[in-house]
Amino acid sequence: MIHTEGLTKQFGRLTAVDGVSLDIGEGEVFGLLGPNGAGKTTTVRMLTSLISTSSGRGEVAGCELGKESDALRLRRQIGLLPENVGLYEGSSAYENLEYFGRLYRVDPVTLRRNIERLLEMMGLWERRSVPVETFSKGMKQKLAIARALVHDPILLFLDEPTANLDPEAAKMVRDTLLELKQEKRTIFLNTHNLDEAQRICDRVGILRTKLLTIGSPSELRSKVFGTRTQIRLEQVTESIVAAVRARLGDRKVEVSGDLLSVEVENPDLDNPEIAAAIVAAGGRIRELSQPAASLEDVYLKLIHEEGRAA
Amino acid sequence: MRLSQAWIVARHDLAMFRQKQGILIGLIAFPFGVGLGFPALVEVILSRSSTDATAWLPIYLQAFSFWFVIGSASLPTTIAAYSIVGEKISKSLEPLLSTPTTDGEILVGKGLAVFLPTLAGVWGGSTLFQLLIDLETRSVFGHLYYPNGMMIALLFLLVPLVILLAIEASVIISSHVTDIRSAQQYASIIVLPLILVYVASEVVLNLDLTTVLYMAAAFLAAVLALYAVTLRTFHREEILTRWK
Repeated sequence: MIHTEGLTKQFGRLTAVDGVSLDIGEGEVFGLLGPNGAGKTTTVRMLTSLISTSSGRGEVAGCELGKESDALRLRRQIGLLPENVGLYEGSSAYENLEYFGRLYRVDPVTLRRNIERLLEMMGLWERRSVPVETFSKGMKQKLAIARALVHDPILLFLDEPTANLDPEAAKMVRDTLLELKQEKRTIFLNTHNLDEAQRICDRVGILRTKLLTIGSPSELRSKVFGTRTQIRLEQVTESIVAAVRARLGDRKVEVSGDLLSVEVENPDLDNPEIAAAIVAAGGRIRELSQPAASLEDVYLKLIHEEGRAA
Repeated sequence: MRLSQAWIVARHDLAMFRQKQGILIGLIAFPFGVGLGFPALVEVILSRSSTDATAWLPIYLQAFSFWFVIGSASLPTTIAAYSIVGEKISKSLEPLLSTPTTDGEILVGKGLAVFLPTLAGVWGGSTLFQLLIDLETRSVFGHLYYPNGMMIALLFLLVPLVILLAIEASVIISSHVTDIRSAQQYASIIVLPLILVYVASEVVLNLDLTTVLYMAAAFLAAVLALYAVTLRTFHREEILTRWK
């Protein structure tokens, strides 16, 4: 659905996005993570043909980026929720959707049906005729998502859909995104909410001008931190550490108080071996666990490493 | 360029303007104020004058009718400010730009939404003005003074050109300002040369058909010159990355 090679955007001397290469499949929910100013919005604007690319190439929904004749065809097939919802506050929810449906050339019968379905889905049907200025932030965000869906796009771009929302409104929007995921829509989600990305996205990429890494949240966790087993013992002795090392070879073993942390490749195979080695060395196990680093840990590690390198 | 797509934008903007009282009042008050006010003044002057009005009245009428040109320069700046800066403030330009509508179609749509009500207001007010003046002066001139060549050139040539120029100026100014009031103030600069012409007409300039045609030619040149700048300013990437 999305394929890019070395996508770059420069504003004068400033490089906003540097050599981003992506492959996003149909029905996938992809999250682009990064701090403010990392180039997330610029990337979305390039992918939606709102702005030109400085170099690199890309294809989105079968349309070539930068090709003038493909730009309108591309925009017809995609939906975009920009960071600022930009609704017409004096108009009703229905009028907002109707205007955009017309711009997308949806035939009147389908448009009426789509508007009704989307407003029902967002829980806004009862308030369809009320001016949008009376809506809460969460309701406005949901209406903006409905607007991006009014022409039934095959690909949806969402730029920070829960930014500046209170927790209740953010949950309201996240639930809507999960519903869209169940509909098997291809979604490109820009966010700096890591919990949101972890819950919603099939794969994530971490961007700081350059794409630092890409993969599923669990792949990234093991890629960046490896997989570890933690064993809480009654007492950690030199002989226990030596026994674990001898049983597993070159693995990294760390001791912190009564906690033994061992790097493992395959927990199903390695954990019984570790337990057997400890018991054979006279150790008594209180607890054995497989702690997983969060996406937040991965994100912070990569962003800080990149920050130091820069 | 799909005019039907531009018309969708225009219809939407026209509907938005109907919700703005300030725009409606401006569109009615100025042209109809001129259309009623000057005939009332003529009535007072004629009732008090004992000289031959045919000698001086045409000069007054030419000057009065020029107010419709001044109105057609100031009214679009108010509407265009709401149409472009208003959308910029409410951040609704980006969603609009993400639709399968070209920059030109959006620009034409927004331009039409400003052009049509301004023209309707000015033509409406001027029709009232001409009717009332004809009623008052038929006995003075012995014939209907309006419509005449100068008024036709003024309304069908100069007024549309002045509106177009005001729209172009508003688009260019909109890219540099962040509030509606500033946009209106800067764009109203376009009224200044017209005020100068008006003042000159009281002293040295004869506002006849020839002068109006010369002015129309000058405005046409200005409209064409600003057209390229307007297109460059109202460009998707420019709007998203450079507009304040």
